[in-house]
Amino acid sequence: MAGLRLEHLSKSFGATVAVRDVTLDVGDGEFLVLLGPSGCGKTTTLRMIAGFIAPTAGRVHLGGREITALPPWKRNAGIVFQSYALFPHLTVAENVAFGLEMRKLSKAEIAPKVAEALRLVRLDHLGERLPRQLSGGQQQRVALARALAIRPDVLLLDEPLSNLDAKLRETVRIEIRELQRQLGITTVMVTHDQEEALIMADRLVVMSEGEVKQVGTQRELYEQPANRFVAGFVGRSNFLAGTMVSPGRFETRGGVAISCAAGLTGPAVIALRPERLALGSAAGGLENHMQGTVELVSYLGASVDVHVRVSPADRIVVTQPNRVDARTPEEGERIDVGWPKGAAVVFPDDGTHAGA
Amino acid sequence: MNTLASIDRRILGRWAFSGAAGLTLGFILLPLFFVTWLAFFRQEIPAFPPDGYSLKWFWAIAKHDKFVQGFWLSLQVAIAAMVIGLALGVPAALCLARYRFFGREPLSSLLLLPLVVPGIVLGTSIYVFHVELTIATELPVIGSLAGLVAGHVLVVIPWCVRLVAASLAGVDRSVEEAAQSLGATPPVTFFRITLPTIRPGIVAAALFGFVVSFGNLEMTLFLVGVGRTTLPIAILQYLEWRIDPTIAAVSVLQILLIGAAMAVTDRFVKLSRVV
Ligand SMILES: Nc1ncnc2c1ncn2[C@@H]1O[C@H](COP(=O)(O)OP(=O)(O)O)[C@@H](O)[C@H]1O
Ligand SMILES: [Mg+2]
Repeated sequence: MAGLRLEHLSKSFGATVAVRDVTLDVGDGEFLVLLGPSGCGKTTTLRMIAGFIAPTAGRVHLGGREITALPPWKRNAGIVFQSYALFPHLTVAENVAFGLEMRKLSKAEIAPKVAEALRLVRLDHLGERLPRQLSGGQQQRVALARALAIRPDVLLLDEPLSNLDAKLRETVRIEIRELQRQLGITTVMVTHDQEEALIMADRLVVMSEGEVKQVGTQRELYEQPANRFVAGFVGRSNFLAGTMVSPGRFETRGGVAISCAAGLTGPAVIALRPERLALGSAAGGLENHMQGTVELVSYLGASVDVHVRVSPADRIVVTQPNRVDARTPEEGERIDVGWPKGAAVVFPDDGTHAGA
Repeated sequence: MNTLASIDRRILGRWAFSGAAGLTLGFILLPLFFVTWLAFFRQEIPAFPPDGYSLKWFWAIAKHDKFVQGFWLSLQVAIAAMVIGLALGVPAALCLARYRFFGREPLSSLLLLPLVVPGIVLGTSIYVFHVELTIATELPVIGSLAGLVAGHVLVVIPWCVRLVAASLAGVDRSVEEAAQSLGATPPVTFFRITLPTIRPGIVAAALFGFVVSFGNLEMTLFLVGVGRTTLPIAILQYLEWRIDPTIAAVSVLQILLIGAAMAVTDRFVKLSRVV
């Protein structure tokens, strides 16, 4: 086992910069997830760790050793691809044995290790099958067993669950997580699915346009998003554009005055989590409260989304848990909305994200 | 009303499709059927209906040395052309499928060119080339066996490149990357992973290369030397003097040989999946 370190890693394809100056530390045995929209450079980063593409700049260290110039076959990284990439002409057991054969182990040494790896993924009874005779979920587990059999220094997973159906995905992500804990294997997973990322990660890296936007635990990303991108990408946020007229005083474009804990001044955006807002009588005693008109009510089962217009330019979504005793507001109704000062996060408005 | 009309149209469409398919199939099979029938006629001058049936024309083949020698030469040339064609075509297909390099598109078209150039043109130009080469090097290139095989390699290559490239296109690159991440160097990856995965394409390429070479007439006419006759040329020469059903019998044997080769191949790889 070993820690992984990326230092100022960059990759350009011609004029496109796919990855820009990424520096990351992955602890020994840590499960790190790279999260970001498609095209943000996650796969490219992972492929540089695996050695399939050479970085334009920067270094990769694995277990305290620099491996930037090593080819993939000398890196000891286990990889699970989105397509599973099983060897179609080899049986499940032969697939898992392949990496061990490459390590010049004898047949007698290989057999128990293959059995062990297949047992870990609960496929010990299917060793003689060919990949095409397996379901997607089983193929995925063979790919995992094959990557684990070589006892890799780092396990790399590129959207490993996106080809599974929704139900299966939920069980498999827990399985992978538990297996990774049990083996204590340093792992980097790539995904664009934030739920998957939140469930599986020890720590997350939010990426956008080739750059790392924030690194942190689930709680840190959610409670203290470092920028507007993270506030919008991890969980949901209401964004209200406006100006910090003085420290602690924000005014939306629609003229709504809001008190908050931020010290900056000038153009700014305020982010509010929909489930941190209170409606009706519960809004009364809070530091910010205002009246608005209910424009839309969406019933989501576990919760209800209430869209409230508080000024001609500002609309706020409030998520209410769907309790038995709760009264669902009606469209057109006048209603109070409120939140404590600490519920708002303020970012300087750099003019990038037009519209909320 | 509307749905009825659309159902009508669908049924009509299916009939039209079946009809067209049937006609095409008949168009292909009809000559084969007549040739096979003819091979068993008893009389020397083919006429319908036949006087009776006989197997004597099949015995006549064995007595005609030109056919026997032609068959062996065609077999040797076809096997040699197929093997050399694969040895050149597989790496070429790999490069075309895997690497982006300057001049890749033109090269890819160039390798398919022998398919489009008429055999007569190909034969003439290779013959002229051989003449020039003989003059320049004073080696006996004209009418040599090596020259003949080289010509056949030329018509085999497009098939090898095309079929192998098609099956390479179906290979997921990440399968090879997975092998490398597990410790396989590129040569090991090629022989243990890539090659077995594209085996169907290679088998199909071998078969088609063989068939194309074995049946080639036009180009071969310009390349054979004195006393060296391939089977198609032997058939042509025989036809200049006689039209008895021996020719039909030879054709039947040829059809059977190729049919058997396809059947055997199909046991290993589903041809319909590669071609
Ligand atoms: N081989 C390549 N050649 C050119 N551009 C590439 C290549 N691979 C990736 N890119 C570009 O780099 C960017 C990041 O791609 P990628 O790392 O695959 O994103 P992600 O995995 O986050 O969806 C994209 O804009 C993509 O088009
Ligand atoms: Mg990707």
